[in-house]
Order: sequence, then structure tokens, then C-alpha cells
Amino acid sequence: MERIEAIQKITEQLNNELIICNIGFPSRELYAVKDSPNNFYMLGSMGMASSIGLGLAMAQDRKVVVLDGDGSLLMNMGSLVTIFNQNPNNLILVILDNECYGSTGSQCSYASTVDLSRVAEAVGFKNLFLFQNEIDFSEILNINGSIFVHIKIEKGNADVPVIDMEPEDIKIRFIEEIKGKLNTL
Amino acid sequence: MDSSQTIYQALKKAGINFVVSLPCVNLGKLMDMIDCDSDIIHVPVNREEEGFGICAGAYMGGKKTAILMQNSGLGNSVNVLASLYKLYQLPIIMIISHRGTDGEFMNAQVPMGKATTGVLDALEITYFIPKTPDDALKLISKAGSLVEIENVPVGILLEISFW
Repeated sequence: MERIEAIQKITEQLNNELIICNIGFPSRELYAVKDSPNNFYMLGSMGMASSIGLGLAMAQDRKVVVLDGDGSLLMNMGSLVTIFNQNPNNLILVILDNECYGSTGSQCSYASTVDLSRVAEAVGFKNLFLFQNEIDFSEILNINGSIFVHIKIEKGNADVPVIDMEPEDIKIRFIEEIKGKLNTL
Repeated sequence: MDSSQTIYQALKKAGINFVVSLPCVNLGKLMDMIDCDSDIIHVPVNREEEGFGICAGAYMGGKKTAILMQNSGLGNSVNVLASLYKLYQLPIIMIISHRGTDGEFMNAQVPMGKATTGVLDALEITYFIPKTPDDALKLISKAGSLVEIENVPVGILLEISFW
């Protein structure tokens, strides 16, 4: 299963959760699979997806799903420690782990030798899920607590276009969705 | 009024209700005040860059945000300021303990101390340098208006002589 298939399987099972999506192909693939005002696409600041998700989860009540990658998590590993300590009950951190930096040419990451689930477990995460072939979010969506979802995927990027939205428009649409204004326009 | 108390009051007046922090010896009292305030969510972080990420999410979730950090943390955060805050036009008040300025007792703080305003200039981030608590009240209020109207980060540099 490549990344886009994993993203497809996840979005099919989500209801109305907010999504913070990692920079590069992950955001492009999510945009191609299912664009939504619920989605925040990162166009820069690699590594920050889990942090943005944590802040968003702490600031409001809706569930937040972060679609992060192994390379990005390795770049901001301290984020796991902060998430564990703050422990918002509405944060689902998904690591799409292809053991490489997919958007820059699939150079190997250290996720091939370090098991990120075991890192999360060592930090203290109690709600840990690992998927390889099938992805089942039914239990995950019913848990109150911070959840670490580790999905092992194959290398590979889908042939999808770049996101044709301005950064500010991505932000404004997302904020309006959170404020609930879209429904009243 | 005491310098730490002044910064705290000014942040309250600006409506700040979500703060991330990394300690500096000069920020200790301010951090304690914020930690004791049940109307402010306070998130201690491991690295300043991470703090900016958390505040970006909190802002989109409706909070008014500030970061407390030493100027060394500005160096750790150049990319997130450029490719998240500038790119998406996000607001935040940065309360920065500016070490390596006049009166610094530790030589090791001087190189980053000297680079600090240049880094902010390169990022085209507005900053104010209050010299007294009265100054700080006015300038943080100004910073509060600026972040809201223009959706930008604004720095408050607190040199060693301020405390």
C-alpha cells in the first residue's frame, strides 16, 4: 500500500474531523483524494504537523487528525513528549511511515532501523495502533485521549498536481470551517 | 510596577490566552505568573520551533497566542517563522529575553545576541525594544494591535538592562 491508498482509506472512515496534513506529497495526495474545508495543507515548515495539530486540539473541541510522516516526526521528535504531557483527548497522530523522505526523492530515513511505535510507547502513549495492510479507524475514533497510529506503507508518490490554493486561502477556509461560518454563508 | 508583572499585565490586556514557553533566567517570574493564571493555557515546549507550530494550531482554533523565549530560540525558529508564519500570515506576540546585550555576564551569549535584530530584519518581522516597564506596557499594546490587524508575528526584545 502506497501513501495515497492509505490516505484514501483513512478519509473514507473519517466523519467530520479536522485534518492537519504534512508538507509535500502527503498534502497533494490528500487534496487530490478528498479536498475539504476540514483540511489544512502544509506548504512549508517541515516537522511542524504534529505541533500544529496539538495546538489546534488544545484550542477547540473537534477531533484533530494529523497526517504526519516518519521523516517529519524524526525532525520534531520532542513533539511526542509534549503531546504526551499535554494529552488532549481529541488528537489522533497518524504516522504514514514509508521509511524515507518521499517528497525529495525517497532517500532513506532512520525509521528503517528505529521502530517509531516503540518510541511512542517509551514516551508513554497508551493508545497505540499499528497497521500494515488494512486500516481500521472504528476503534480509534471512539477513544478519548491522544492516539498514536503507526501505518507502514510502501515508498512512492502518486501522480497528482500541486495544490492550486494560496496559503492564505487554505488558512482562511480552515478557520471559517472551525468557526462554523461556512454553514451560515 | 515590577518588570515581570508589567509584561504579564500587558499580555493580559492584549487578550493573550494561549502561551508556549521555554525558560530563560529572566523570564522565570513571568512564566510562574502565566502558569498560575487559569484563563491562560500554558504549554511548556522542548524547542521554540515546536512552540511556534503549537501556537499556529491554537490560533486557527481561536486562541490569541504568545511565545516566551530567549533570543537563542529565535535562531531555532527561522524556518517556521518564514514558511509557516509569513507564508500563511499568522499572528503571534514573541516575548524575547535578549541575552548577549549590555550587561551580559556570559560571553557565550554574545554572538546570538548580536545576530538577533539582523535575523528579525531578514525575516521582515517588526520588533520593539522597551527600555522601561512603562515603555513595555505601551509597546506590547501596540504589538497586540499589530498582530491582529496585520496577521504577523511581532517581537518584543527585552534586553538585560530592562529587568
